[in-house]
Amino acid sequence: MGVISRGFGSRRSAADPRVPPGQYRTEDFPVLSAGPTPRVDLASWAFDVTGVDGASHALSWTQLMELPDEEITVDIHCVTKWSKLDTRWRGVPISTVLDATGTSRQDARYALVHSYGGYTTNLPLEDLLDGKAWVVFEFDGKPIAPAHGGPARLLVPHLYFWKSAKWVNGIELLPRDQLGFWESLGYHAYGDPWREQRYIGD
Amino acid sequence: MQRTKPVFPWLTAELRDSWLETRTAKTLEFSVPDWTGHDAGQHVDIKLTAEDGYTAQRSYSVASASTPGSLQLTVETVSEGEVSPYLVETMVPGDQLQLRGPLGGWFRWTEDLTEPVLLVGGGSGIVPLMAMLRQRVRSTVEVPFHLVYMARTPDHIFYTNELHTIAESRKDVTIDRLYSRSGVPTDARPPGRLGLDDLPGPTDLGPARVYVCGPTGFVESTAGLLQTRGHEPHAIRTERFGPSGG
Repeated sequence: MGVISRGFGSRRSAADPRVPPGQYRTEDFPVLSAGPTPRVDLASWAFDVTGVDGASHALSWTQLMELPDEEITVDIHCVTKWSKLDTRWRGVPISTVLDATGTSRQDARYALVHSYGGYTTNLPLEDLLDGKAWVVFEFDGKPIAPAHGGPARLLVPHLYFWKSAKWVNGIELLPRDQLGFWESLGYHAYGDPWREQRYIGD
Repeated sequence: MQRTKPVFPWLTAELRDSWLETRTAKTLEFSVPDWTGHDAGQHVDIKLTAEDGYTAQRSYSVASASTPGSLQLTVETVSEGEVSPYLVETMVPGDQLQLRGPLGGWFRWTEDLTEPVLLVGGGSGIVPLMAMLRQRVRSTVEVPFHLVYMARTPDHIFYTNELHTIAESRKDVTIDRLYSRSGVPTDARPPGRLGLDDLPGPTDLGPARVYVCGPTGFVESTAGLLQTRGHEPHAIRTERFGPSGG
């Protein structure tokens, strides 16, 4: 064992197998973002899906609402160390969104997710499919508050929560990985909380 | 599996000195032989390890200007917290912890940036802004800095003497201390939440880089006020101290 912090440990809570290494459990819902919260009008809201061939198809808010949605209850893990268990969301699976826009997955291996305000995040496409990711618009039975990413955010609960981009407005399918906003500022390209992939090189 | 050398390895840090800033916040100065310095505004992850191997990690902004071999953190104790009470109440000089960094590539100020800087801090959100101010004061650049620092009362202000000295001695640095709960009798401004009149607009200062740090509610409302005041959204960088930062 390495460095011991003398006298530390008295206030610890029991280890929870649902909380990944280096994380602690919170009941709050802290907010983290790089800049001001964008205010997005539902009437002009659009979600652009772009295939590797460059063809782009937009989904309006009304069209998103017409797609079959799911209720999702998952644990979320923020790279700033908090984890929140049993969070409840409602949204549309990414595979449904891709199919609804008729976007070809030909040659697509990665995705760059775009947000209002210019934020981006990158993921392997397979991490967005098969019930692993959603465009969500409700948290705890209510519309998602702007500070928490409303009107719609990505939800990819098996990766650190910065990958669950707030204020999403598009997905760009790519043949190769292209780093997103935090990923090009020293954070890990993939971000698996169970392997503590917080920063570049982890 | 092949592991390359970690980019941010855990470093051993030994507490060299510590002092209270307020009744609940303490500055801790660590000796970290392998620390090569940082950019103002960046943070470190710290790891505490108990005798039985149990560990806990948290992130803290660096309060000091870049100094190889040492750094200062200022930590506000959070009741019911697991890490902050240890740092503030238990740890004494000679005790050790591990840390890694510098982390965070966005909320940063470096001397090569030429725009005027507006810093808006609420409560312990002053910490990364103080690192920027210290870096600015230590450097030879003459970029105007304006700090708007909101605290509950004068007793909640960190770095009191140093802020006073900087404000007195630097004509390019403006420091406003504002109070939300109760202030001092000579203040023209009554205590209360940050308002539009408390923030300079871009015309008063030239196009500015703006850094806002504090609790979520403070950052949300301040970012809104700044945009009403005419600051461009892309010029505003934010960092929030969550309610569960302990």
